[in-house]
Amino acid sequence: MATAINLLSDEQNRHLSETYRRAVGQKNRQLLLGLVIVILMLVLSAVGAEVDGAKFIKNFWRFPHYFYEMAPKLAWATFFPDLAEWFWGLSKWLRLLGETLLIAYLGTVTGALAAFFLGFLASRNLAIGSVSHTVAKRFLEFCRTVPDIVFALIFVVSFGLGPLPGVLAIAIHTTGALGKLFSEVIENIDMKPVDGLKATGATWRQQVRFAAVPQVLSNFASYSLLRFEINVRGASVMGFVGAGGIGQTLLEYIRKFYYSDVSAVLILMIATVMIIDYGTEKVRHRLVDVEGSR
Amino acid sequence: MNASLPTTSREKRFPELDTVKHRHPQAFRPNVKRRATTIGVGVILVGLYIFGLSTLGFEPERLADGFKNFIWIVGLMLPPNPGTVNIALVFLKGLVETLSMAFLGTICAAILALPFGFLAARNIVKNPVLHLLARRFLDIIRGIDTLIWALIWIGVVGLGPFAGVLAIITSDFGAFGKLFSEAIEAADDKPVEGVVSTGATRFEAIRFGIVPQILPIIVSQLLYFFESNTRSATIIGIVGAGGIGLYLTETIRTLEWKQTSFIIILVLVTVAVIDWVSGKLRTALIGARPV
Repeated sequence: MATAINLLSDEQNRHLSETYRRAVGQKNRQLLLGLVIVILMLVLSAVGAEVDGAKFIKNFWRFPHYFYEMAPKLAWATFFPDLAEWFWGLSKWLRLLGETLLIAYLGTVTGALAAFFLGFLASRNLAIGSVSHTVAKRFLEFCRTVPDIVFALIFVVSFGLGPLPGVLAIAIHTTGALGKLFSEVIENIDMKPVDGLKATGATWRQQVRFAAVPQVLSNFASYSLLRFEINVRGASVMGFVGAGGIGQTLLEYIRKFYYSDVSAVLILMIATVMIIDYGTEKVRHRLVDVEGSR
Repeated sequence: MNASLPTTSREKRFPELDTVKHRHPQAFRPNVKRRATTIGVGVILVGLYIFGLSTLGFEPERLADGFKNFIWIVGLMLPPNPGTVNIALVFLKGLVETLSMAFLGTICAAILALPFGFLAARNIVKNPVLHLLARRFLDIIRGIDTLIWALIWIGVVGLGPFAGVLAIITSDFGAFGKLFSEAIEAADDKPVEGVVSTGATRFEAIRFGIVPQILPIIVSQLLYFFESNTRSATIIGIVGAGGIGLYLTETIRTLEWKQTSFIIILVLVTVAVIDWVSGKLRTALIGARPV
């Protein structure tokens, strides 16, 4: 069957292509302008960050060389003795790794508990009063903006060296980070159960307990697990400032150029992080399923 | 009076309760397995917490002493004061270094990671071995913290902000690569099929079928990483890789608390400004929709 195609007149065609060209031209001009600005800022920041291309090219060989030095000297004939020598400090490193994980765990749980309470105060829909709402919000903002390692630096001075300042630093930073996420979760809940409870004369605490908490708990757990992953990474460098964990040992090895020890510790750290990531991902998927089945 | 007469309001409203209970017994039985799991997980979590408290040296006296010291230090921090104008200028220079490191690091990392993201995406690279290798490679890079990369790069280009830039590029390369590849995998296939059906080459299919879909995600992630890199660039100086972190560590080590608090406030204000600007940019570039 023949189909008639509507041919536009030249006049209409010209008008349309003109409009199209103008629209695209404006977009391209904007893009070009943005690109020029970005490149300008890149050049400025290269100056600010003392980027030295010549030095980079001259010294770049040291980067692969570093990994070459780090690679273990394993021979096939003496594979297991070599492996044992490479991981000579395994029991000590595993103990330190365990300490690192504990620091991350304590920091995450403490921070999550604090964030649980502050999250309700900082949420828009379940805040008690405008003063506590603002104070909680600002406090959370402060906690999350100051990096945990800065808190650790200060706590090391006031609490002394060791894992304790590390835990406190991670806990405070976690409070800030999770508190914001928690309050956003709370702001997105269905308010009908809350209204229903309010209508029966429930107090604020009862409203939170029976209407809000069941809706948010699995999300809270999921975010806390995600935060735990981040905190494991954070705890592994806490030792750089003397706040416990494996970081101090690693820093020592890097500074003293004990290449094979650096690679052994790094491998253990990466493996731990991967296992933790994998495990928490599994648990989070199950939590999502629980959420979905309700 | 009949003994089986309904007595409670529930029975009055639902007289068939017993029949239903009989027909669906499992719905009325307490879920023992689930309850046991909940209690078991709770006990393990609390037990681990208490174990941690006891092994990591949480003694009440030590905590009390530490808090006393901390309050005292906070008292010493007030009011924030850099000392002289010259010192303030030095701190500002550190701040400029920090921002430069963050900006340069984020952009370079994104540019380097984009092609790698395509390599690690399952729908672009069909070879499972290549795809798996790319993914694991990115995982390993991400598994090493920025501070550790900074230490390694200091060995290559020496102390200073350049090492910090390289550290940020390296660690963000891993994160960007993963995010980009996930965004590419999540992209809708239909536009690609449409472009291919017009006789486009493979490159054109990616350019016009996939890139427009992932561009908003990339822009949003770029802004987000710039924000978070401003924060990591403030601490990267702790190991000697430039920026304001160097001065922060120095003032804490020399117990110049008024300068410390000045630097912290400087950082807080900068981060707040950057958050605000990037929020505005995000809405201007990709609209208010969440990505």
